[in-house]
Amino acid sequence: MDFGYPVLTILIAFPLVAACGLFFLRAPQVVRYYTMAVSLIECLLAIPLTGFQMNAEFQFVEKLDWVHQWGLQYYLGVDGISILMVLLTIAVLPLCVMCSWTYIGKREKEFHFCLLFMTSAVLGVFCALDLVLFYVFWEAMLIPMYLLIAVWGGDDRKYASLKFFLYTLAGSTLLLAAIVAFRVTGGTFSIPELMEMNFTFRFQFWAFLAMALAFAIKVPMFPFHTWLPAAHVQAPSAGSVILAAVLLKMGTYGFLRFCLPLTPAASEYFAPMMIAISIVSILYGGAIALGQTDIKKLVAYSSVGHMGFVTLGIFLFNQQGVQGALFQMLNHGIVTGALFMMIGAVYERSHSRDIKDNMGLGKYLPAFMFFWGMMALASFGFPGTNGFVGEMLVLVGAFKYSTWIGFLCIPGALLAAAYMFRVSLKMAWGKPSTAKTWRDLNAREWIMLTIPAVFVFWIGLAPAPFYKIINPSIDKLLNDFDKRKVVQVEADSPMQTAANDVLSVVAGKE
Amino acid sequence: MNFNLTALVPELFFLGLVLVLMVQSLGTREWKPAVEKWLPFGACAAFFVSITGFGLHGTMFWDVYKVDMMSQFFKIAIAFGFYVTVLNASKQSTLEEGKRADYYMLLGFSTLGLMMLASSVELITIYLALELASYAMYAVIPLRAKSKGAAEAGIKYILFGAVATALALYGLSYIMATMHTTYISELMTKSWAFADNPMAVVGLSLFLAGMFFKLALFPFHFWCPDVYQGASNETAAFVATMPKMGAIVVLVRIAVLLKPGLEITTLLAVLGACSMTFGNLSALAQTDIKRLLGFSSVAHAGYIMVGLVSGTYEGVAAAAFYALAYLVMNLLVFWVVSRVASDGRNLKLTDLNGLYKKAPVLAFSLAAGAFALVGLPPTMGFMGKFFLITSAWGHGYNWLVIVLVLNSAIAIYYYLSLFRHAFTEEKAPGKVADPDTSWFASAGAAMLAASVLAIGMIPAPMFNFAINAGKSLYGIAVAVSGGGH
Repeated sequence: MDFGYPVLTILIAFPLVAACGLFFLRAPQVVRYYTMAVSLIECLLAIPLTGFQMNAEFQFVEKLDWVHQWGLQYYLGVDGISILMVLLTIAVLPLCVMCSWTYIGKREKEFHFCLLFMTSAVLGVFCALDLVLFYVFWEAMLIPMYLLIAVWGGDDRKYASLKFFLYTLAGSTLLLAAIVAFRVTGGTFSIPELMEMNFTFRFQFWAFLAMALAFAIKVPMFPFHTWLPAAHVQAPSAGSVILAAVLLKMGTYGFLRFCLPLTPAASEYFAPMMIAISIVSILYGGAIALGQTDIKKLVAYSSVGHMGFVTLGIFLFNQQGVQGALFQMLNHGIVTGALFMMIGAVYERSHSRDIKDNMGLGKYLPAFMFFWGMMALASFGFPGTNGFVGEMLVLVGAFKYSTWIGFLCIPGALLAAAYMFRVSLKMAWGKPSTAKTWRDLNAREWIMLTIPAVFVFWIGLAPAPFYKIINPSIDKLLNDFDKRKVVQVEADSPMQTAANDVLSVVAGKE
Repeated sequence: MNFNLTALVPELFFLGLVLVLMVQSLGTREWKPAVEKWLPFGACAAFFVSITGFGLHGTMFWDVYKVDMMSQFFKIAIAFGFYVTVLNASKQSTLEEGKRADYYMLLGFSTLGLMMLASSVELITIYLALELASYAMYAVIPLRAKSKGAAEAGIKYILFGAVATALALYGLSYIMATMHTTYISELMTKSWAFADNPMAVVGLSLFLAGMFFKLALFPFHFWCPDVYQGASNETAAFVATMPKMGAIVVLVRIAVLLKPGLEITTLLAVLGACSMTFGNLSALAQTDIKRLLGFSSVAHAGYIMVGLVSGTYEGVAAAAFYALAYLVMNLLVFWVVSRVASDGRNLKLTDLNGLYKKAPVLAFSLAAGAFALVGLPPTMGFMGKFFLITSAWGHGYNWLVIVLVLNSAIAIYYYLSLFRHAFTEEKAPGKVADPDTSWFASAGAAMLAASVLAIGMIPAPMFNFAINAGKSLYGIAVAVSGGGH
């Protein structure tokens, strides 16, 4: 431990412990102030993380025996990859509280309990260095998210929440099997130790598939994305924000943390497939977004495309690609989170998410439109915004990998510009319906939009500090990957080996 | 005949309890003090006596009865189960006044039989203990007053039970004829490959059928949903948990015979896989909560097989731990069900609607129970399942682990519906009795839920017991066979 006190444990435990305090409160307004205070204290508690050293080591490490016989450990730590996600999660919490200030009209206590519980779980996912601990947090986050959609969601909330729950949990059950397989083969659940090991290709093949399914559903990649638009559209604003900003990142984080370091040979083998799926996600997400009339659905589908860029970057295995992917994870969290907050704000005014009901805002809600325009530009990667940095890096990486792949991504970027311009133009200059009577942003909304806006330009204009944090970890990740991606491949071709595995299982031989 | 009275303290205490109940049940009128007034204290004392008896050991009655860590582990679990069932049943509305003492006496006898089952290490003793545990149950099931369903359930249970025990006895004769012994410790030294002793393998399979019946393992599970549905909620809570503990402890003892790769082990694995899949798929379609839990317990019986076929002490320990988890989480769910159905009716899923508003503690406890049954962290159910698959992976039955994992995914849907109805639906249809929200109801549910969560987060102490018990079992293997494991 660098600080003599367990900063990560405190960060994870504080929201959960504080959430229990909610049950002693009654008035909804008090509940909101209390949660706001908790989220701000959580931000203060994160200050020790500024002591992060710019190297690739796991830092702020905490290690305790959990179940000795099974080698389970309570093992936490962050490196350059996870610390950004931790900070993002912590930063998103107060914004979520703010954007649901007037939005949530019932069961406020439970709502804020779910928000805090989820924050704890997600922080745990990004900090865990023990596979089982990771899995525990990974699953624990499902319940509050399910409730957020199922209780405070839109009209079709039951369908959406059930779909979300079943999809993600079904995906992660195989992840559990992979985790156990790692332990039996590698002898430990400790992620840093497993990162040092070389597994046979046959093993990697299956482990990769089991893990990748769980992560691909969470990202979500085409064709496992169908839960996402439903969940986003039905979820309350805060739910959408947290879903877009951090939950989707858990999937791509999984690829970076597990697939590349633990199954490098299989990652290399499956990379063409993953790249192909990523490109399909980019193009498909963009094309479908272009046809939406519901603003929230549009942004939801745009997420499929944006996250496609992230997975593409990861599976390019070059520095620019992975850097870009990490930047895009951060950017997407900031920008899409902000867009969802704005959709919530406009919905509170018009009680509709249809584009045609929300037009003419340029004249009557100039401040709102200012922020919307900024986020829209950032969303499709306009130079000077954070989106540009990430998308550009992924594109450079793609061209470096193969010119063809690079060219295939270009339409995705264009589509993003097209659907964002389309919706922004209509919202700004379309024929106003009832917008004349609406009030522009209030102080609370100003605050909650200014914070992401600062980051849009900070990352867009001066990304150097962020590079410094992530680069050592990415270099180590890629160096290790390059060294270990070639292991002895069995005499048969991989697919043949896989087929033999299946046959031997069916025949009862192990 | 070797005999050590002190090693039998938990059983003797229980026997005393049952005898008092027997005296009280004599005659037609209720005696004072009413049984509910004193029995909870007695059952609680029995639980603590079992805990103090954890360190006891010894063999007696010509070595057919063995007090070891495994038996004591299960005795504690069984005593705990009895205590919770007694508390749970203390406000049973469907039980006639004059039958109360009889009811508890029968439950007590059954529990005593299960405790003896935990210590039996010889097949005939196992058979006798099993019968003691079963006969009492045959009488208890139809005790629900004025219900045709209860009568049907009772008859089904007796008939299925009779067939299963007949098969077990028949199988026992085969084993005796071939192996010339009924002591598990001696049976361990023999070969259980079909090629060497076909008769004995058939015999063991048939003998196991008796246990499978108690455990409700496919294809001996047909009684299970009907009996749960027909019996009162409180009785169902007992039937759903306690006889299973007895069956599991016997299977755990016999599991030392089951080396991976043997035909009989594979048979068990296949039955386990069928049981999980069949139970879960059937549960998907249920709307009656007790039927749903009935099919879910068929699935859980399958999960436990995963630990038993691994042929390691870790597997046995995992099965024992899972059995405990199963006991606690099922008692929890049944506790909530009994409290919500305060008038003793059978609950439909829709009866749970809006429970969070009417009885938040019960609703939260139900959620903890349901998620534990799914195997979601951080609950005992997750840890149990996790130990099971970790112990089984790499011992020749990886496919079974995959089947388990896929089945968990299927099971999510129906367990989630318990949670969904309680938390996201607003109003129950029609007019029904309100749930019991007394402090007693809430405190019981909260305590059980807390233990499900606490042991889920800190499983090490409890798992240490299980692993030591598992080691003690294989320790005998080392002593008898002369080979290390």
